[in-house]
Amino acid sequence: MIGLQHYLTLSAMLFVLSIAGIIINRRNLILLLMCIELMLLAVNFNFIAFSRYLGDETGQVFVFFILTVAAAEAAIGLAILVVLFRNRRSINVQELNTMKG
Amino acid sequence: MIFEAILFYMFATVMIGAALGVVFSRNPVHSVMFLVLTFFQSACLWLMAEAEFLAIVLVLVYVGAVMVLFLFVIMMLEVNVEAVKRGLTRYAPLAIAFALVLVVELIQLIWLRSQDIQVWSSFIPNPEGYNNTEALGAVLYTEHVYAFEIAAVILLLAIVAAITLTMRKRPGLKVQNISKQVAVRAKDRIRIVKMDAEKKS
Repeated sequence: MIGLQHYLTLSAMLFVLSIAGIIINRRNLILLLMCIELMLLAVNFNFIAFSRYLGDETGQVFVFFILTVAAAEAAIGLAILVVLFRNRRSINVQELNTMKG
Repeated sequence: MIFEAILFYMFATVMIGAALGVVFSRNPVHSVMFLVLTFFQSACLWLMAEAEFLAIVLVLVYVGAVMVLFLFVIMMLEVNVEAVKRGLTRYAPLAIAFALVLVVELIQLIWLRSQDIQVWSSFIPNPEGYNNTEALGAVLYTEHVYAFEIAAVILLLAIVAAITLTMRKRPGLKVQNISKQVAVRAKDRIRIVKMDAEKKS
């Protein structure tokens, strides 16, 4: 039967996969943003599974806010990306060394 | 019950496969398409967990808005795919080893603890007449109304930030000056000249 641990396992797999994606695709800024979206999805999975398990809607309210903030983050991130591409003609993370970080 | 388990495993398999596609596909457009598939499958899984409202919100907001935004930016930037994909495989072995270790540890931990606290049965079914949207709204607009308002402010901030960041001033662009337009009076625009009527000769 499908219970809490199945959802948690699925969420762990998704989260680890997105971490691997960030390490592998660390040149392309758009793919990094997409991997962050995947990571947030994994976190939301945890919240939903625990909310269902405990019978408490507060977890789902939290997911609602995470979705809101993630949408805002994606919009601002993509806006920064567009400005960056306009100035540098590239979205390669390795070339973003203006601040010598 | 067995049907539910089959559905869960089907959705989960497709979702993990699509997430692999997001990470490993060479073309960013394919990545976005796989991400759309991932969000669809997770919406189905959330429906199975009886979080109906959030499942619909996920499809509407993510697939309908955020993914279209990603696609739009990718197509607008016309990034050179060949230049981007060169660095793909250099860190791949490290990342895969890291991911395998992490996922084995996490899954071991989850299944060990779930054996301890006896959660082997499936979720407790919701009572008759339970409405997820109604229950969520009842909590959202009473206990969490302050956070709800902050979320609205964050969205406003995102709109303002995105517009401010991407707006640029080009020289020679014809723009309206609204305050000048509003402040204009009739006597600035037309001049009435008094003159006698001409006689027909």
